Amino acid sequence: MSAPGSLAAFVDGIGVLGPGLSDWPAAARVLRGETPWQCAATVLPPPQCLPAAERRRTGMPVRLALAVGLEATSRAGADPAALPAVFASSGGDGVNCHEICQVLASEERQLSPTRFHNSVHNAAAGYWGIATGATAASNALCAYDASFAAGLLEALVQLRAERTPVLLIAYDTGYPEPLRRTRPIPDAFGAALLLSPAPSRTSLAGVSVAMGDGPADRLADGGLESLRRAIPAARVLPLLGQLASEKPGRVAIEHLDATALVVEVSACR
Amino acid sequence: MSPLAITACTVTSAIGRGLAATLESLRDARGGLVRCTFETVVLDTWVGEVPGVDATAVPKPLADEYDCRNNRLAWLGLTADGFAEAVERSAARHGRRRVGVFLGTSTSGILETELAYRRRDPESGALPEDFRYRGAHNTFSLAAFARRALRLEGPAVVISSACSSSAKTFASAQRAIAAGVIDAALVGGVDSLCLTTLYGFHSLQLVSRTPCRPFDAAREGISIGEAAAFALIERAPSSLDADAVLLLGCGESSDAYHMSSPPPDGRGARRAMELALEGAELSAAAIDYINFHGTGTASNDAAEARAVAEVLGREIPGSSTKGATGHTLGAAGALEAVICALAVRHGLMPAGINTTQVDPTLPVRYLLKNRSVPLRRVMTNSFGFGGSNCSLILGRAT
Repeated sequence: MSAPGSLAAFVDGIGVLGPGLSDWPAAARVLRGETPWQCAATVLPPPQCLPAAERRRTGMPVRLALAVGLEATSRAGADPAALPAVFASSGGDGVNCHEICQVLASEERQLSPTRFHNSVHNAAAGYWGIATGATAASNALCAYDASFAAGLLEALVQLRAERTPVLLIAYDTGYPEPLRRTRPIPDAFGAALLLSPAPSRTSLAGVSVAMGDGPADRLADGGLESLRRAIPAARVLPLLGQLASEKPGRVAIEHLDATALVVEVSACR
Repeated sequence: MSPLAITACTVTSAIGRGLAATLESLRDARGGLVRCTFETVVLDTWVGEVPGVDATAVPKPLADEYDCRNNRLAWLGLTADGFAEAVERSAARHGRRRVGVFLGTSTSGILETELAYRRRDPESGALPEDFRYRGAHNTFSLAAFARRALRLEGPAVVISSACSSSAKTFASAQRAIAAGVIDAALVGGVDSLCLTTLYGFHSLQLVSRTPCRPFDAAREGISIGEAAAFALIERAPSSLDADAVLLLGCGESSDAYHMSSPPPDGRGARRAMELALEGAELSAAAIDYINFHGTGTASNDAAEARAVAEVLGREIPGSSTKGATGHTLGAAGALEAVICALAVRHGLMPAGINTTQVDPTLPVRYLLKNRSVPLRRVMTNSFGFGGSNCSLILGRAT
């Protein structure tokens, strides 16, 4: 038996997409304070990697997950088809859920088959497989506001068990009214980390994770801090900030209740 | 993988609340499907509804945050067979932070939201004031509820990969125990009837108008059911009871093919079964019985039959217990894992009920009658939308 502290990996690639954050290099510049963060609606690219018929059927969470996942793998020069993947989302596709509940509250109850199969929490994992040809295990997790931390934990445990790189994709999209009042997620944010058991020339940093007590780290920038709090997947931002700094350090990421995942970041270069 | 002991388990479905009632139904080859009268649903179909869910009271103060039909069913399950007490003993032994919660569900408490949408404010469109998204609807609600109800403090997560969800909780928990993150895990799943799945599967033309008949030549789709099934898994002690059932292997794969149908050659299913055998360090010949995913749709059963024949051979005795319980979606993997534990413990290969004429084009040895025979190792398959596959192997230590 090993201590939980031995959950460790190297970060080989990062993908980011969110309000005012168009990709990882842009996000890194903002997180380093080189450019100010400007709130702007997240722009989701259509998933060119899917056949046209499938592309039309995808909702925002699928487009977001595919975009950040492919950014992380392409930056690392990794073949996505060869990777197991962990998908973490705090609640799935709010727009699709709204449409389904509206139809079910109507007289006709004529549900669209596409809406129904897109309603599964693992829709992004399914489309990811179709887009990339990845046949390894995928997982689709939810832990409400702690979903990023739960995904990171699952990815590191899987990496340790299989001794293979694992792709972690955390993503959330905005909820429409009337759901938004009960779950006020304003916009889309996604981040992907390609985690590897061994260092390589593409490794950006090492991370090791332990469960800890105490509050999660906040961000100094007020705008980014409000983003971190507003969208569950953006709870990753303190870790991305540490990675952007290219310096060793320790960050606490929000986990369940009052606990945190403590991530020790070590420099690779 | 190192085998893990299943130190407690429980199951509640349309064929009974608790292990004894479930075993009795299996022995009597008695099913639980009834003509659908659920809520206001108007569909010509049969369902595996658990009696008494609506009348179940989640205790205060948990109810204030978590009351919903799915968590009522979870509570029915957790309080059967002395299961909650077994979890409590495990928490006392290992520490509350050392017991993880890994539960599967596909729709969690979405029924609450479906009903709330009928009560929207006609002016503003707002949902009613008493609607609670977090505790009732959200996918994580099930694990949050169980963790709170059992006063556990370890890591917790819901796995939601459609119909493979709760099978995959065994795999994730097994890895977390092997990594030393936790010492024990509550695994399993709960899914409950709701309009999304009843009308959704209907829209895909996958719902049977008769009680579902997996592997039958005349099968025409699924019957939707609901269930709560839980297991407590821990490192196997050096000396085990003769009755002990172990989790021996887990295999997971993705189809990378289509959102709602498997590749006809069943290659994803085949890979999951092969990985489970590899993990258990067993040959195909070591498996005595297979509990098929066996939903009763034409394409699913055909692809699975082909995959099973390729991995385990055409002579492996098997059945789908979905004819009895209905397809309990995100709970099916755990429900059928617990049925497999009963099968091993009591030497029973349960019949696949409702099926009368096994499809002659399927290369399977499908059991139409119960067989009483000592069982050492059994496999159970779970495959979900999005091409998510999981196979588990359970068995005795020796």
